[in-house]
Amino acid sequence: MLLIEDLKVEVGGKTILQHIDLEIHPGETHVLFGPNGSGKTSLLMTIMGYPQYRVVAGKISFKGQDITHMPIYERAKLGIGISYQRPPTIHGLKTRQMVSICARGEIDVVELARKVNFEDFLDRDLNAGFSGGEIKRSELLQLMAQNPDLMLFDEPESGVDIENLQVVGKTIALLLQKNSFPDQDKPKMQLKLERRKMGLIITHTGFILDYVAADKGQVLYDGMLSCLSNPREILNCIHENGYKECVRCIM
Amino acid sequence: MYNVDELKEKALKAKDKKASIGPDINLDEYDDAPVPHSYMAEEDLCTLPEEEQQRLIMAGLDVQEKERGGTFFQKDTSVIHCHSQQEGIEVLPIRKALEEHEWIKDYYWKLVAVDTDKYTAAAELGLHDGYVIRALPGSKSIYPVQACLYLDKEGLEQNVHNIIVAEEGAELHVITGCVTSAHIKKGIHVGVSEFFVKKNAKLSFTMIHNWAEEMAVRPRSVGMVEEGGLFLNNYICMKPVRSLQMYPTTYLEGKDAVARFYSIIVGSPGSEYDLGGRIYLRNPGNRAEIVTRTISNGGSIIARGHLVGEVPEIKAHLECRGLLLKGGTIHAIPELEGRSEGVEMSHEAAVGKIAQEEITYLMSRGLTEDEATSTIVRGFLSVDIPGLPPELKAEIDKAIEESDKDMM
Ligand SMILES: Nc1ncnc2c1ncn2[C@@H]1O[C@H](COP(=O)(O)OP(=O)(O)OP(=O)(O)O)[C@@H](O)[C@H]1O
Ligand SMILES: [Mg+2]
Repeated sequence: MLLIEDLKVEVGGKTILQHIDLEIHPGETHVLFGPNGSGKTSLLMTIMGYPQYRVVAGKISFKGQDITHMPIYERAKLGIGISYQRPPTIHGLKTRQMVSICARGEIDVVELARKVNFEDFLDRDLNAGFSGGEIKRSELLQLMAQNPDLMLFDEPESGVDIENLQVVGKTIALLLQKNSFPDQDKPKMQLKLERRKMGLIITHTGFILDYVAADKGQVLYDGMLSCLSNPREILNCIHENGYKECVRCIM
Repeated sequence: MYNVDELKEKALKAKDKKASIGPDINLDEYDDAPVPHSYMAEEDLCTLPEEEQQRLIMAGLDVQEKERGGTFFQKDTSVIHCHSQQEGIEVLPIRKALEEHEWIKDYYWKLVAVDTDKYTAAAELGLHDGYVIRALPGSKSIYPVQACLYLDKEGLEQNVHNIIVAEEGAELHVITGCVTSAHIKKGIHVGVSEFFVKKNAKLSFTMIHNWAEEMAVRPRSVGMVEEGGLFLNNYICMKPVRSLQMYPTTYLEGKDAVARFYSIIVGSPGSEYDLGGRIYLRNPGNRAEIVTRTISNGGSIIARGHLVGEVPEIKAHLECRGLLLKGGTIHAIPELEGRSEGVEMSHEAAVGKIAQEEITYLMSRGLTEDEATSTIVRGFLSVDIPGLPPELKAEIDKAIEESDKDMM
């Protein structure tokens, strides 16, 4: 379980998140909405452990451990992974090598890449000249290889074309064990019990909801989170009343 | 015309002539007296002490001679092994060539001026030996020829002269290593090399250096490429050296001739490197590229590059990237010289440290900070070299892998 309690975060001396409470249980996927600059990416980076996002109050725990000040790579080892909005380019490091690094052992990189239409990119330097949509698939591929227990997705569907949107959506659903069209052979209850993966997805459009059966949704506005609600309802509310109204009406 | 007396005379005049760049070395501090070593048969090479073999392997020399098209092996001043295993490829000691073959005189001191400086003069006046590797017209080397210059005697001045010729339509790959034995501290290596890439020939020359901390190194090399020819010149130096200075030059003498220089340098504390590459583009369709990757762990590195475009319809690019990991200095001096309208020349140079953002990115995938750093460094050093045979690419990767262990 991921548990965030009354978190306050600063960047460069400026408060960007405050009074953040969040609880994601095993098997649950949450969706995060919010206007540009509201602090969504910052929240994900803070959970991942980026040191420039300074936690000045509150606490983050994962799997029962206090990880508030744990270094990034230890969080990764503990089972937290992220798909970035804007990852850096690493010259000379082939995407193929990176996928192997994420897997921490033997895997069939090509086979995995095929699942997100990415086999043609394996011999390119990581993120070098990748288009917006290609970056998303590269990030997803790395997460597939890493297969962490808590997955943070920063706008996984933005910039992705219609055909690849389906690929991205289905892959995320599979990773999070949140397939909207589950295995017919298994009873729903059993599927729910087997489901352990946790997800936190940032989305502006909500397209991802067509593929991933998300459990809860929240709006981040001005560095603060609204109460939990059904993600579809939130999306409708935002469409009708705008972010600000929506935060108020839910609260 | 080849005239021994004239060469000697010119050399004598330049005996004390300082090099135009780089720290001056007092050659009187070294001994250039011949050091005899007995010749070794092919099968004897494997009986070299394990430690010695390891050092040779690091410079790309494989004593088993697997996947090698021939071997030249000089220890101190004596050639201890030399043979070719491929038809159409000749490998012979230069002294022997000078005694027995008229044709060598068309190449000897034809590109490098004997009176360039005191080092070229020393190579003429006190020549020990060196290799001649020639690919006959149309011949294709399947495996690279390996050449090794080994320094074993403390305080030695090793003077060598090498000539590499790829005749018309030939394809030749050479891997050459300069290595010092584990016990050696001080010495100087003076190496003159002349490269001839004839019409439509292809030559790749990959040099891996493993020096010792008090070694001085003064290579002097010039190449020429005829119409449609390709000259790939790779240089890898990841080990400490007191002072290394070289500025290899290549002239593209025919149309559509291409030259590419790639250098990968890791500078250790106390080491001074002054390296460069210069390519003259003299005919339409000429292409040139100079790519340098330098890392300083506390060493001082000057990375020069000079491209000279003399005619229109040429294209040249210079790329020089440096990473400062643990102090030291990197001084990039890229020069572009267009002498005619219609030249297309560009350069990019960057000196800095590893971006923190890249390190954290890898850390978020489960690597520790050190693992992330070394992954990025390895990526930085792994340059794609088009046209390089896979065995040689593997040798370069191996050298990078080795240096990685030292650095971290
Ligand atoms: N390193 C930083 N230095 C200064 N300000 C920062 C830094 N990182 C984030 N911010 C600021 O914090 C605020 C929140 O940024 P964040 O990237 O979290 O927004 P977001 O909700 O993800 O927006 P978007 O929808 O545009 O991706 C912004 O105003 C941003 O400019
Ligand atoms: Mg964002």
